[in-house]
Amino acid sequence: MSTQHVMNDEPVRADGPVILEMRSITKEFPGVKALSDVSLTVKAGEIHAICGENGAGKSTLMKVLSGVYPYGTYDGDIVYQGRTVHFRDIRSSEEAGIAIIHQELALIPELSITENIFLGNEPTRWGAIDWITAKKTALELLARVGLREDPDTLIKNIGVGKQQLVEIAKALSKSVKLLILDEPTAALNEADSQHLLDLIRGLKGKGITSIMISHKLNEIEQVADSITIIRDGKTIETLDAVRDGVNEDRIIRGMVGRSLESRFPDHVPRIGEVFFEVRDWNVQHPQVTERMVVKNSSLTVRRGEIVGIAGLMGAGRTELAMSIFGRSYGTFLSGRMFKDGKEIELRNVAEAIDHGLAYVSEDRKALGLNLLDDVKRLIVSAKLSKISAGPVVNDGKEYSIAEGYRTSLRIKTPTVDSGVSKLSGGNQQKVVLAKWMFTDPDLLILDEPTRGIDVGAKYEIYGIIQNLAAQGKGVILISSELPELLGLADRIYTVFEGAITDCIPAAEADPETLMKSMTSARKKVRS
Amino acid sequence: MSVFRSSLNYLAGQLRQIGLFIALIAIVIFFQVATNGITLKPINVTNLIVQNSYILILAVGMVMVIIAGHIDLSVGSVVAFVGAMSGVMITQWNVPWWLAIILCLGVGALVGMWQGFWIAYFGIPAFIVTLAGMLTFRGLTQIALQNKQISPFPDEFRALGSGFLPDLGGGTSAVEPLTLGIGIIATLFLVLKGIRQRRARAKYDVEDEPFAWFLTKLVFTAAMILGITYLLASYRGTPIVLIVLGVLIVVYASVMSNSVFGRHIYAIGGNLNAAALSGIKTKRVTFMLFVNMGVISALAGLVFTAQLNLANPKAGDGFELDAIAAVFIGGAAVTGGIGTVTGAIIGGFIIGLLNNGMSILGVGTEYQQLIKGLVLLGAVAFDVYNKRRSGGR
Repeated sequence: MSTQHVMNDEPVRADGPVILEMRSITKEFPGVKALSDVSLTVKAGEIHAICGENGAGKSTLMKVLSGVYPYGTYDGDIVYQGRTVHFRDIRSSEEAGIAIIHQELALIPELSITENIFLGNEPTRWGAIDWITAKKTALELLARVGLREDPDTLIKNIGVGKQQLVEIAKALSKSVKLLILDEPTAALNEADSQHLLDLIRGLKGKGITSIMISHKLNEIEQVADSITIIRDGKTIETLDAVRDGVNEDRIIRGMVGRSLESRFPDHVPRIGEVFFEVRDWNVQHPQVTERMVVKNSSLTVRRGEIVGIAGLMGAGRTELAMSIFGRSYGTFLSGRMFKDGKEIELRNVAEAIDHGLAYVSEDRKALGLNLLDDVKRLIVSAKLSKISAGPVVNDGKEYSIAEGYRTSLRIKTPTVDSGVSKLSGGNQQKVVLAKWMFTDPDLLILDEPTRGIDVGAKYEIYGIIQNLAAQGKGVILISSELPELLGLADRIYTVFEGAITDCIPAAEADPETLMKSMTSARKKVRS
Repeated sequence: MSVFRSSLNYLAGQLRQIGLFIALIAIVIFFQVATNGITLKPINVTNLIVQNSYILILAVGMVMVIIAGHIDLSVGSVVAFVGAMSGVMITQWNVPWWLAIILCLGVGALVGMWQGFWIAYFGIPAFIVTLAGMLTFRGLTQIALQNKQISPFPDEFRALGSGFLPDLGGGTSAVEPLTLGIGIIATLFLVLKGIRQRRARAKYDVEDEPFAWFLTKLVFTAAMILGITYLLASYRGTPIVLIVLGVLIVVYASVMSNSVFGRHIYAIGGNLNAAALSGIKTKRVTFMLFVNMGVISALAGLVFTAQLNLANPKAGDGFELDAIAAVFIGGAAVTGGIGTVTGAIIGGFIIGLLNNGMSILGVGTEYQQLIKGLVLLGAVAFDVYNKRRSGGR
């Protein structure tokens, strides 16, 4: 198939013909229905935003469209430029003029801008790469995206914002007609974001249709012509920016508008005095030194209190939690920490554990557990000293402790000798919780404790969390699921771009107010 | 029926372990037949243990390094360097042999600290650091020896490599009584340990090993140890190096299964990030691991030098490869997190048997290399196949 195409000089009006129609797309993963009967209609020449909470199915839908999940692995039809298409892989969707720019940039840091733009698509003459043409074309493309850089510059030497522009130049080199941007501004600062949004609008004027996934509702409000809202793998509605008069509140209502079922165990909170406090916490990105991942954040936790942290992906929730937990993320710049009235300094994880902190990671498989281990060894692994005499681990105690947690947390495993890799996600998470409960923490930081866990296990884990609070421990609960926060937390902090934007008592919180503080930098912290 | 099936399932789960033993036995039987019974003659069994001892010693340290997800290519050169230092100390500086041994182990620790520093605290991959170590310590060996050999060594020092425990039978008994005694005690120890472990596991209701299989294993182990004991006792008795090796195996097997340090090594190899987030001081553990490897390499160097009665600039050439091969044949995973001391020792014996058997048969070194290479590949391929069959991870 030829990749050449004739550029339409005339800008297409937003209510032009339909370029893409996805009809009742259903995509299932083992045990999970990621998309069910989702439909999406995109008109030629428009900027179409897709909104939804984390895990609503936005990225999955785009992967179906771009051939990452090939034809046959999903149900439903994709009609593109009037024809039903069956993409086998990314390459075949690219040939049809669809380019996707992923959240994690797919550039090679050690190669130059030119080399990256033409990677896998190198112009050749008699079998050799024609670098002269490549460089000339690269210069033209860079001019189109408004990037003034020498095309020989290595990717690692330019900032994330410029890298994003190189990605777009790369898409343009493939004569893109439909550009998909997955969270394009998530890692960018204000100025770079604005430049990128202007560029997308400029491309629209040149007849390129864009689909943009974004959590930043102000940006969507600014550029989008239509907005499709997805929730729990289903299309909720498609709004027209002009006709429906879209604003942030309207979008938020669509994103969160689900009923809060009673899926939380009953409990009466017994909250004591403040025992843990973080003041003016500032943390830098571990590599990109000009990026602050946590800005001037302060928070308090009371005994027996469940403190929620709400924020969208990339807002800096995990970074905040991990930097509190013995500076295990980023470069600590400044900030003070108090526990039980005394100022403490936790320079590493071991000190954090000794001071009674525990952190359950959002990424269970990569950071939470050693999948090669068995249940009993894992449970005691964060505080082996508790069951050791000198350097020798007492394996009898290990069995009885593991058995204790197996019964009390109802971990479903044949024996405590079984490998954790054989357990279900929910039971693995219970093992991780047991591991941290074994360290006798005063403060548990739970980062997405119910991610990828079925409903039954979720309910049990909610019960465990409430129990911990009832024992007088403080809990910091980070979650992308607002109902979870509203159902469990006594007080909720909202985080946006590394800063705490609000602190809302549970009684006053509702999804709309939370979402507002999670998507804008309004600073009005109460305590 | 269901008991039979569950037993069968259990054995299928243990395929790797069983496969290793079966391979060992098959190789023994093959060479026993091919060499017309020379392989299991008392003198050859003694040689097999004595001449393999330094590879087995190295394998004990190497398996720990590999479980942590690293590698050590320098051990051959460290063996040579420590051998050279022992020669220089004893023959040129007139250091008493016992002090020389202690100092040489210290040299090993220093070597380990040097490499451990670059790997753990500077973050250079172990492959590079120890490749550099392989060159630098070979160079230092040649400098220390001024490219000459040092020989001979005092008898007390040589005993470490080629000596035997005193013959309590006065050299007249058909089987040496001290060796027999040690063998019986070792057997009883292992049998009691097996029973104790089974009891402990049964107490917590986690025992899934069929009793018949447990008994088979116990009887087999006992028979093997008593058999070797008998063979050793009918020659010159217990080689001193076997005692050294035995202590090393018992100590490190329990370090790896039952000590905080061992648990931390498995944790780091299994998931470095998760280990760090569990409060394990991963850099410190890595550093200590290489110090440990340095000391073990030094011990192997002393044994090797004592055995040859010679400090030689070319000593230890290729030992690292035999030790690494032993560890992988013994079931360790290249990606870390998996492996056992016992497995590495069995792997070492398989390599040793191949060397020994093929030498007796007069197979040329070219074919020896070829066959050893294929055995290593086959063993790891079997591992990979096994893992894939059981669904992988």
